[in-house]
Amino acid sequence: MKKWIPLILVVVMAGWFLSGLHQKPETDLHVREFGKLPVLMNGRFQPFDSIARNSLLQIRTKQTVYESEGGKAQTLSAMDWLLELMMKPEAADDLKVFRIDNNEVTELLKVSDNQKYYSFNQLKPQLAEVEKQAERIDKIESANRTVFESQLMKLYEMLNLYQRLGVSLKPPGTDDFAAELDAYQKSIGPGMAAVQARDAGQKFDQDAFNTLIGFMGAYNTVASFALPLTIPPTDPNAPRDAWQNIGTNLMQTARTGEINPATKFYAEMVTAYRSNQPDDFNRAVAGYQTWLGERFTRQVRKASQEYFFSTMEPFYKATVIYVLALVLALCFWFNLTDWLRRSAFYLIILAWFIHTFGLVFRMYLEGRPPVTNLYSSAIFIGWGAVILGMALEKIYRDGIGSVVAASAGFITLIIAHTLALTGDTMEMMRAVLDTNFWLATHVVSVTLGYASTFVAGFLAIIYVLRGLFTTTLTAETAKSLARMVYGIVCFATLFSFVGTVLGGIWADQSWGRFWGWDPKENGALLIVLWNATILHARWGGIVRERGLMNLAIFGNIVTSFSWFGVNMLGIGLHSYGFTDAAFKWLILFISTQLCLILLGLLPQKIWRSFQPRSAA
Amino acid sequence: MPKDLFKLFSSLRLTVACLLMGCILVFWGTLAQVHLGLYKAQNEFFRSVFVYWTPNGSGLHIPIFPGGYLLGTVLLINLFCAHLRYYQPGKRKIGIVLIHFGVVLLLLGQMLTDFLSRESALHLRIGETRNYSEADRAFELAVFDTTDADSDKVVAIPCSLLVRRGEVSDAEMPFTVRVKTFYANSSLVQQSQPGYQPVKPTAGLGADVWWREEPRETEMNRMDMPSALVEVVTPQGSLGTFLVSAWMDRPQTFTFNRRNYALVLRSERYYLPFSLHLIEFRHDKYPGTDIPKNFSSRVRLQNLDNHEDREVLIFMNNPLRYQGETFYQASFDPDDHGSILQVVHNPSWLTPYLSCVLVAAGLLIQFLSHLIPFLKRRLVAK
Repeated sequence: MKKWIPLILVVVMAGWFLSGLHQKPETDLHVREFGKLPVLMNGRFQPFDSIARNSLLQIRTKQTVYESEGGKAQTLSAMDWLLELMMKPEAADDLKVFRIDNNEVTELLKVSDNQKYYSFNQLKPQLAEVEKQAERIDKIESANRTVFESQLMKLYEMLNLYQRLGVSLKPPGTDDFAAELDAYQKSIGPGMAAVQARDAGQKFDQDAFNTLIGFMGAYNTVASFALPLTIPPTDPNAPRDAWQNIGTNLMQTARTGEINPATKFYAEMVTAYRSNQPDDFNRAVAGYQTWLGERFTRQVRKASQEYFFSTMEPFYKATVIYVLALVLALCFWFNLTDWLRRSAFYLIILAWFIHTFGLVFRMYLEGRPPVTNLYSSAIFIGWGAVILGMALEKIYRDGIGSVVAASAGFITLIIAHTLALTGDTMEMMRAVLDTNFWLATHVVSVTLGYASTFVAGFLAIIYVLRGLFTTTLTAETAKSLARMVYGIVCFATLFSFVGTVLGGIWADQSWGRFWGWDPKENGALLIVLWNATILHARWGGIVRERGLMNLAIFGNIVTSFSWFGVNMLGIGLHSYGFTDAAFKWLILFISTQLCLILLGLLPQKIWRSFQPRSAA
Repeated sequence: MPKDLFKLFSSLRLTVACLLMGCILVFWGTLAQVHLGLYKAQNEFFRSVFVYWTPNGSGLHIPIFPGGYLLGTVLLINLFCAHLRYYQPGKRKIGIVLIHFGVVLLLLGQMLTDFLSRESALHLRIGETRNYSEADRAFELAVFDTTDADSDKVVAIPCSLLVRRGEVSDAEMPFTVRVKTFYANSSLVQQSQPGYQPVKPTAGLGADVWWREEPRETEMNRMDMPSALVEVVTPQGSLGTFLVSAWMDRPQTFTFNRRNYALVLRSERYYLPFSLHLIEFRHDKYPGTDIPKNFSSRVRLQNLDNHEDREVLIFMNNPLRYQGETFYQASFDPDDHGSILQVVHNPSWLTPYLSCVLVAAGLLIQFLSHLIPFLKRRLVAK
């Protein structure tokens, strides 16, 4: 029976992952179908669903809205929420979606601080105050802002995003958009005649003039604030710059007299949604899908692929499986039955395949090498570390490789998830980064250098913890751990050196200097120097087994500084990856590593594994 | 004694010590950038023999830590001696030799770069042609003889001479320039403000200007704006004092012995034996965003010496390399009608490429030569 447990576990978890393929058919509004529609935002084509997920993640730090107001509790998906916001903003304004954690901010907003989430209507009375503060804070460099200032600035940006999304599909105040569009089209002919007559100084029809100007005023607001470019050009071969937001498109209609079919479809959707006519809504969505499918096959395909990717949630599911594998592998250390070890190992292989599926799918969607920003660096570091862990497990079969692989996998994916809270993770690359060659060579090697340094550090942590607190670190295990660490440090030196020098060469290609002592470059150099120090110290006999372990743990600190710390300094050409909330986590991480080194320095006679056992 | 010295300089302990100090120096120097700025921190920590400490209020310079040059040199000597001591001919050590040879090349190349490379900027508006680039942060006092319409004779006095506040004379100038006051960084105002002194030049512009000396800039993206009060002294007597400043673009003119002269404090110029003409500058953004997608300059390269005349497209990650100078797309004017090219003269630019290949090959050889036998043993044993 026990022989089969590992396989059964793998089959169950694989089934759970694949269950994402099947979705219950939608009975009421076809929200998911709407969510697949392609739009252009942040410079790339994406489905509405991605805008909904990314925006809600930024505003609420979750991909769902939980609402328990009025007795009945309900959970809205990100797309449910965005649809409400774009089509019925007056109702969406009561949903508690703004997450505010800072007391000083809640005080400024004059709202009670005993809740975590606030609705737009709760914040509305203090909008002017937020704007006033933001205007002042905007002039302060982000590195010099206080916690209050950066939190307020974040809120300001969220409010901005929220309000702009709210006018992205219909003008504010419009109820029956489809009917309004008809009226608008009828007003164009007489209205334009009146405008021309007025400009020529002739008699003109004041009513026709006023009607048209009234429409134009509202559409002008939409044109300047609507965020996604939702309306495709009528000519399918036009460049992507020809996509417009709905406001710009309606303004342009005044000149052409023809309303874009896409605008009509969207207006029908809005009217149907607001008058609660699911059938009409679904018909409009399906009609628009057909219309688009005939003209913009590529964009429709890309959007539905991205939608598929988001619903499969490969990174979330891989995380869960890594955690399960970690628990099993840790159990194996104390209860040495081989089915535990094998279960853990097989599950890691499954999780790694799902991880790889996510990584490769992302690369395909973006058309880029694996690492393009901090978010994807976390995913890739995890991916590389898991491979190293699996290789160690394959060679040594002692559960250590599995623990390393599973922990690295789940920790890095959690870090990636946290980083995703800052916005679209597939954003377009700034001009200097827009080169697949260097992203594929320099960034990948540096990231593999990070991954392997972390793996070495993690192995060393296992050595210290097992040696000090348990009796499981036998002389043989200790020796093989030392070999693993040594081997991985060699590997890390190779990748970090090559990656760092390639980075310098890239800099030489784009900025005209190989080395500028920029913080990010220094961070990478530190990893190289540190790994070289470890190797030379080992060769020179300056450190032995335990010293090697302590140096390797310190490698974790060096790597985390290089990966995150330098971004927090906020200087230099590389500071595009700035992040501030991560600071306290970095400090926490560094302190734990220092504690582990202190533990590693404790005299050997109190290490439980090194007690003279033969005497007993 | 020399034997002991050789032992010391060839020891692995010294290597480890240097590497450790290197780590500390890099870390420290990186943190220091927050306060000192990239430029100053670079000079104090990495382009120096020692890192100095100046106790508050004292003029002392106490060396407290080895700087980048010292550590680099010691590491080089160490490497050299260690190879003399431990080198054994044969295939086994080829990886190690390659790695270290690559590192030596990298270090030497970078030291050479530090001494030999020169960076400057070439600012072109659309339709403009130039045959010189300008220093990023060095200024010169240019004195022209403008009497002959077709050619100007220029005497350029670098700021390093002005700082000494003495008299400057040149065979090309029938007068001397006496520096009365020189501020390496300054600000000028047009009405009296607290902290500002009236300049009171006796000739030329600036009769109603007040000035103030400012602390030297340490930020990478800002630069010093020097100003000076100079007196033109002829054998027949003084022609008056002139205010010259980096804040003033227009040359100031005076006449002596029926010849016309002009004075201006401007960015130091490096003349090129060819010229560049900006035909078009493009700044593309991703649709619906402000994220820059591409910057590019289409320029016409003209070299009268060999009658070369061609169009070149310079864009991000694609510089123009020509006659030892490299032109990079660096920046642009806010109105998108002008382009700023970074001009780098660096004779040792190829060393990192070579060293990268050597070290990578060495590490791979070294790594695989241990890994493969180990894996064989291990997997056979199972």
